[in-house]
Amino acid sequence: MIFEGLLETEVEKLYQTLNREAEAGGYHLNPDIEFTKNLVRGLMKNEQRYGYRSCPCRLASGKRAEDLDIICPCYYRDPDITEYGACYCSLYVNNPIKAGEQLVFPVPERRPPRSRRLTVGTARTATAIPQPVLAFPVWRCKVCGYLCAREQPPDVCPICKVTKDRFERFI
Amino acid sequence: MTGEHVNGKNVGKVVLYALSTCGWCEKTKQLLRTTGIAFDFIYVDLLEGVEQDDAMDIVERWNPHGSFPTLVINDRKSIVGFREKEIREALGL
Repeated sequence: MIFEGLLETEVEKLYQTLNREAEAGGYHLNPDIEFTKNLVRGLMKNEQRYGYRSCPCRLASGKRAEDLDIICPCYYRDPDITEYGACYCSLYVNNPIKAGEQLVFPVPERRPPRSRRLTVGTARTATAIPQPVLAFPVWRCKVCGYLCAREQPPDVCPICKVTKDRFERFI
Repeated sequence: MTGEHVNGKNVGKVVLYALSTCGWCEKTKQLLRTTGIAFDFIYVDLLEGVEQDDAMDIVERWNPHGSFPTLVINDRKSIVGFREKEIREALGL
């Protein structure tokens, strides 16, 4: 791994922040602290070179709009934790893994391959669903599933703290 | 540095496609190092433009998901992810 130019004090600070936010939201960071800090370094490096914290275990395009699904926490975290006990890079894990009762093993890639990426997800948009008459549109956070009925999605998800561009029109 | 050759015992052509930020890629690389075999590794995220596209085409030929680490052994077999037992078996170790 190549992590030149990262300050250890900053790594520790981000690790502590992510840990605090994870626990506050009912998530857990991987208990293997050395491994986890390397993932944190990867996030910091990606923020430096791409401008956003994309998954350290996935190849980013450098274009935020194309990588919205893999900005950490990614859209695949929750289904992967449910099915495998950990997210793809294993930054986030379930209770048994945190408690050391279960081991992390490689999580298969859930993200569609490059060739299918642009078409996937467009099939199930809000326009495909019959539209009830509502006073407000309903927005869904694609990371944690938080729903809210208002003119626009919030700037920051109140639950998982991701940015506005990671919401979709749900109803 | 986008990759390098690691000297060791020749067991054929062993190429590890990896990301410089990925913890599982690192574990796989360390495993290969401890076996003492000769191998090449390529940090695909540090390649640019056409070079990166060409590397991704190769990775996807072996692993349609285009995920990392992808280990290609003798242009015949590939192993995706840090799977120690499978890697050791495939290398005859």
